[in-house]
Amino acid sequence: MSESLVNLLWVPPVLPFLAFVAIVLWAYRSKKLSVGLAIGAITISWLIGWLLAFASFRAEGLAEDPLRIFRDWLPTGSTWHAFGFALDPLTGLMLFMVPFVCLLIFIYSVGYMGIGKPQGAHDERGMPAEAGHVDPLVSRFFAYISLFACGMVGFVMADNLILALVFWEIMGLCSYLLIGFWFARSYPDPNKITPKEAGLKAFLTTRIGDTIMLAGFIFLFIQIGSLSYSEIFSPASLEKLATTTANLPLLGPTPWATIIAILIFFGAIGKSAQFPLHVWLPDAMEGPTPVSALIHAATMVSAGVYLIIRTYPLMTAVEHGPALMFISIIGAFTALFAATIALAQNDIKKVLAYSTISQLGFMFAALGIGAYIAATFHLLMHSFFKALLFLGSGSVIHGMEHGHHETAHADGVSAHGDITQDFDPQDMRNMGGLFRRMPKTAWTFLLGGLSLAGFPIITAGFWSKDEILADAWVNEHRIVFFVLVIAALLTAFYTARQIVMTFFGKPRTPAAAHANEHGSIFWWMTIPLMVLAFFAVVGGWVGIPTTFPVLGQFSSNPFHHIVGSMAEVYGFESEELPFSLMPLMASLLVSLGGLFLGWLAYRNYGTDKNYALSPTARPDPLQRLLRGLYPVLQNSYYFDELYDRLFVQPTKRLSYWLYRFDDQLVIDPIVDDVGKVGLYLSEASRWFDTHVVDAAVNGVGTVTELFGNAVRTLQTGRVQNYLLIALVTLSVLLGAFLLLPK
Amino acid sequence: MQQVIFIVLSLLTLSAAVMVVASRSLFRSALWLILAFAGIAMLFILLQAEFLAFVHILIYIGAIAILIIFAIMLSRGVMDPNEPRFNDQWRLVIGFGALLFVGLVVIMLRIPWPVNIVAVPADAIQLLGADFVGTYVIPFEVASVLLVAALIGAIVIAREH
Amino acid sequence: MVPLTWYLLVTAALFCIGLVGALSRRNAIAVLMGIELMLNAINLNLVAFWRYAYAARMDGQVFAVFVITVAAAEAAVGLAIIIAVYRQRRTINVEELDLLKG
Repeated sequence: MSESLVNLLWVPPVLPFLAFVAIVLWAYRSKKLSVGLAIGAITISWLIGWLLAFASFRAEGLAEDPLRIFRDWLPTGSTWHAFGFALDPLTGLMLFMVPFVCLLIFIYSVGYMGIGKPQGAHDERGMPAEAGHVDPLVSRFFAYISLFACGMVGFVMADNLILALVFWEIMGLCSYLLIGFWFARSYPDPNKITPKEAGLKAFLTTRIGDTIMLAGFIFLFIQIGSLSYSEIFSPASLEKLATTTANLPLLGPTPWATIIAILIFFGAIGKSAQFPLHVWLPDAMEGPTPVSALIHAATMVSAGVYLIIRTYPLMTAVEHGPALMFISIIGAFTALFAATIALAQNDIKKVLAYSTISQLGFMFAALGIGAYIAATFHLLMHSFFKALLFLGSGSVIHGMEHGHHETAHADGVSAHGDITQDFDPQDMRNMGGLFRRMPKTAWTFLLGGLSLAGFPIITAGFWSKDEILADAWVNEHRIVFFVLVIAALLTAFYTARQIVMTFFGKPRTPAAAHANEHGSIFWWMTIPLMVLAFFAVVGGWVGIPTTFPVLGQFSSNPFHHIVGSMAEVYGFESEELPFSLMPLMASLLVSLGGLFLGWLAYRNYGTDKNYALSPTARPDPLQRLLRGLYPVLQNSYYFDELYDRLFVQPTKRLSYWLYRFDDQLVIDPIVDDVGKVGLYLSEASRWFDTHVVDAAVNGVGTVTELFGNAVRTLQTGRVQNYLLIALVTLSVLLGAFLLLPK
Repeated sequence: MQQVIFIVLSLLTLSAAVMVVASRSLFRSALWLILAFAGIAMLFILLQAEFLAFVHILIYIGAIAILIIFAIMLSRGVMDPNEPRFNDQWRLVIGFGALLFVGLVVIMLRIPWPVNIVAVPADAIQLLGADFVGTYVIPFEVASVLLVAALIGAIVIAREH
Repeated sequence: MVPLTWYLLVTAALFCIGLVGALSRRNAIAVLMGIELMLNAINLNLVAFWRYAYAARMDGQVFAVFVITVAAAEAAVGLAIIIAVYRQRRTINVEELDLLKG
């Protein structure tokens, strides 16, 4: 079995890449063909991925000895560095989730981008299409997401850090391309970021993390001499990293393991939008919603978490080291920090964006305190329900746009463009009562939201979040525990806020009143929603701890076994936790309590005393509570402004100044001088030509003339002179002949 | 006795030759030339080449000298008697001429000539004639052709156009 | 008998005198006279050698006859040329005949 499977290892990453190439080079002319290629490739990746995943769950000893295909690729001094793909249980789990979620989002995109609808006459390339029309650049979209799928699958399957870095960068590139997909879009409000700027912001912010991570890789290579997982995670290498120290200023001798671990973690901070590099993710919502779901919820931002999980042996090489503490501090802080901001957001996608940042913080906090299995569990579950929530929000936005389109003429508001004339279909204040108008979307969104909030027992989110809290409590990380509990409370609150504002109550605008799920595109969108909803509910059941009261006895906790086998190889804690009541109580309390409070606060949102005001002027119930704090939260603690002042503007000024310096003081003089040198050289050449070459040539002539004139005197034309010469010669010869001895 | 005659004749010839070269008047040079020719003829007789002596007189004095005199007369009045008769290089010529003479004398005195004095055959003239039409018939014929060519050539060159 | 060398001396002297005359006289006819002297010297040389070394045969005299023949032909042609030049250029000063002057 393993021989035939080994030959399939290359298929999941490479096939979407081939689809990308095919679309870019030929198929882009036909939208349907492009879509077909992309979906075909990802379907095969999914099927092979599941085949490999289930094989890896069943196989014995795959953790110590992963299934690999590789090739010696990079000459490094006297040895070769091998590149290839490997399959172990952790990769298997990711292969279960990633291609599957990608496929569902691809199918969703078919509906979202309006495949099959006619092309609009007024639709510009690089602008989103009007409702009912297909996006003009949809082939490009599918090419990009295929490339992205290749990047993510390749990343989880790579067997060495260099190849992983290649795929990491591919994902970064696709993120940039896809966030800025509607590149022609601009807004009248100068403070609102355009998709083009957002893409750049994402790329540059993650770049900071990437560069620091690269430094970590370089140090690792210097210490170990290889970046292959099998070599850097071998006990000997880990031992070496833990014991050899570098002398740092201020910190004294620090083990290399700690330094490298922290440097690599910065890459994760960038990619997974943790504090302080979190600023790009909310603005990345400028991209189309499937992009937000795929890249910024389910896969790419999870890549940061996966990186830490993969390099966990390195993180734990030093016992109770500062690396893990650093990770847990950043994670816990970010979880709480982002959750507070999410409370005050009005854009449906922004709430989910900050929610993602917060949940990723949960995962990092879990890793930081040693909850390896719990973090992996939450990673997988979060991918499912967050993707579900994003896709659901996309469906809601489409429904609102349809509703707006229908009512626009009646209202006198322009139907063209969606945000230009005061109407934002993404603003939750304009929604309401969508449960009746869009039931499928509403039900799936509800399930997703409950999962996010950690609704007990029936949702996957509960099981994963509960395990993190349990781990924190049992291992006595009290501060982390309390921070995460508060963050969980806020999570439930803002989730309830979001659901109530969007779906419950009465429609607050005519657009909401006319929103609907009818139309062929919605079939493409709602089926993936239902599939994801299934997993958002059922997914957690594979990880029910056996120690759980009542339900535990029915569960064999297969998830724990799968990931546990990885943990065993590296010596992390892999025992199931003993049951503890406190974290369970806390979990139930915050989840149910938060949901209840949120419902309580917003159930009368549209119908209370402010109902006469326009939707966007209505005050939020929280505003009364938080007063001055509310705008701070709404503007995400003004971090964007701070960074702009601190880094962006100075950099721009510096770059402008350098440009001027370079151009006027350096480049221009150099260019002029080069020109002058050229002129001087040509002058010198001319002088040389005139005075030396010509002189020589003329000189030859002159000399010849002189000689000629000299010799001409012999040529008198008189015979007697000639005869005299003959006589003279004869005499001389005669004299010589006679006088010289024989 | 013979030596005395020889010396007299030689001196005569040589002084005539010198006068040929040095004479102011061209005509006088021609006359001195005739004397020189005569001297040579007499030396021939002394050398027992009588036939040759007469041929010499006949041709040289009888033809060539006359021809020269005719030419002098035909080109009379052209040479300015006041103009110097020697050109600018005469000093050099005399110098190297003397040098040449010295050289020739040195050679002559050094080389042991294979002298073999025998009697001249009695029928010398017959032998001479026989040689002309026998051994040396071709040079003889060529010489004839040469004379014809010279004749024709001289006529052509000196023709009145 | 007079020694051969005496004859040869005379010959050499006559030759050199003729040479001097040929090379240093301005008049063309004078040059020709010098040349005739040189040829005479040659002839005397030949006959002297004939008599002192080779008298049994007539080859020496034959040679001398040919010399005389050639001298006569040459004198004739030379004088014809002088006449022609005289007619053309009204001069027989050899120094003025320098058309080949370079």
